[in-house]
Amino acid sequence: MCGIAGLIHRGNTANIGSELLSMLQSLKHRGPDSTGLAMYGSVSDGSENEYVMRYKVAEGADLATGFKIHDEIADRFNLVRNRLAEYDAVVVSVDDATPYARRCRFRYSGDLKRLADYLEDIEGVEILSIGKALELIKDLGDAITVGDQYRLNHFEGTHAIGHTRMATESDVDIRSAHPYWAYPFLDVAVVHNGQLTNYWNSRRALERRGHRFMSNCDSELIAVYLADAMNRGDDLEESMNRSLSELDGVFTYVVATDDKLGMAKDYMAAKPMVLYESDDFVALASEEVAIRSVFPHEIETIDPYEGEVRVWQS
Amino acid sequence: MAELTSTGSMHAEKLTGRTQQIFFSAVESDRLASPHAIDVDFDKLVDIDAEGRSAREVNQEIAARMREGYGTITVLNPGAKHSLGVGILNRLRLIFKGSLGYFGCGLSDGPNIQISGRVGWSCAENMMSGTIVIQKNAGSTFGAAIRGGDLVCKGDVGSRTGIDMKGGTIIVGGRTGAFSGFMMQRGRMIVLGDAGPNLGDSMYDGIIYVGGKIAGLGVDAVDAEMTELECNWIKRKLDQYGLEAPNGVENLRKIESGKQLWNYDSLEPTEKKLVL
Repeated sequence: MCGIAGLIHRGNTANIGSELLSMLQSLKHRGPDSTGLAMYGSVSDGSENEYVMRYKVAEGADLATGFKIHDEIADRFNLVRNRLAEYDAVVVSVDDATPYARRCRFRYSGDLKRLADYLEDIEGVEILSIGKALELIKDLGDAITVGDQYRLNHFEGTHAIGHTRMATESDVDIRSAHPYWAYPFLDVAVVHNGQLTNYWNSRRALERRGHRFMSNCDSELIAVYLADAMNRGDDLEESMNRSLSELDGVFTYVVATDDKLGMAKDYMAAKPMVLYESDDFVALASEEVAIRSVFPHEIETIDPYEGEVRVWQS
Repeated sequence: MAELTSTGSMHAEKLTGRTQQIFFSAVESDRLASPHAIDVDFDKLVDIDAEGRSAREVNQEIAARMREGYGTITVLNPGAKHSLGVGILNRLRLIFKGSLGYFGCGLSDGPNIQISGRVGWSCAENMMSGTIVIQKNAGSTFGAAIRGGDLVCKGDVGSRTGIDMKGGTIIVGGRTGAFSGFMMQRGRMIVLGDAGPNLGDSMYDGIIYVGGKIAGLGVDAVDAEMTELECNWIKRKLDQYGLEAPNGVENLRKIESGKQLWNYDSLEPTEKKLVL
């Protein structure tokens, strides 16, 4: 089933961590297996070449596989640091998020895809996001669990998207959790509720164009598809409109870039979405109860229609 | 095809099929007598605050209050919770001050329900009789498989409105989404605004009236002629709920089944072999 949510403050920043966690906790019944957030804050000091990377070197469940794994995790973290240095990336700060995941700010002026590929060549390493504004966090459990684990209750930013997952066709692990970053495109992330029926054909087409997929999840494909279209000249709205005709299946997805939030619903309109919009704030979710968790008073909400695409600027 | 008759203040539909559907009217209270009905007094009022309570707790309190004879129950702070007001098989005036989530007021058989906010997906699923009036918008699969009663949304509704409906009346004050009336089997749907693509797709029977633009008809849905009797019936229905067709009832577009795919009573392939 899965629950998706998004919010955007237009013209100001707010505690989007707390807001999105509250929305996702309200959607827990749609998917208790894992929770993920893609949040857009101001992570760099303004330097053109400064990025923030969220990455993991193991799954949480690996910690229970024996004493050896702790040494392996330490080795993998060291290898990441060494390979960053090898590519002349200057590490500004490193924060432990969990025993197996870290947040790293670094400056780098080379080819980001090449660097990302080199880092992911290390066993167990998966980059969850690289961006100038995006920080992507996902792990097992509900929103409260993940929020406490990664200390997300005071994250300031402009917009965010999130997901609560009910595992249906793949494992309960971080790799299969949403959101998905559109590797290797900066600051593009997607959450999705639905199924793509032309997944493998579309994936093969994107793989022929050089894109890598870390999972077999169709939601990851949407992220890469949109970023690829934008990389080829589409703006966000154009790429989303194109996706409605080129991606088959039933789906509602929410996408975010460094300064925009968008939603699209396929022509069958079989997956839910409720939307609240005011002059300075937009919230959308699979169910109204999520929006009400940040707006306890009576509000006007609507259901976007079939084939509808909407985009908001922060 | 259904034949409409007017019998005083009651609305009755005589169908040529195996059953006859009697439409609910507020004055037809005697029709709701059942061996299990609770005797309630509409002048006996009570409020229930849903704040911080589960849907099950709220629904259980509604049932308890009905057993105590309360005939007018107001639920405060419903907070878009799912499955509120479901399974009420009795006369009752039930008022929700706020919005409901998914599956609100499903399986209703008798109550008159007012909702001041909006409703999520699958409101009034399988409703048998009574009235449900929503002041704002509604989500998708609004009135799925209803068999009787009046289901009214004064705002816009999502897709697949009245999917599989088998009787009753759905009235939409605004727009309805794609696949509305999908596999509709009986009853009537009045949409005063626009209708999305594939309207009435694979409908077996029943009638859809649309006041606005229709993005496209579904498979086997065709235009039909409006009759004076229908116009009068629609006017009466809209008056009852304070609604008005923007371009006049006479200019509603009437859609019914072309019955090219109609295969009721046809035999299963295995049965055909036996006949042959």
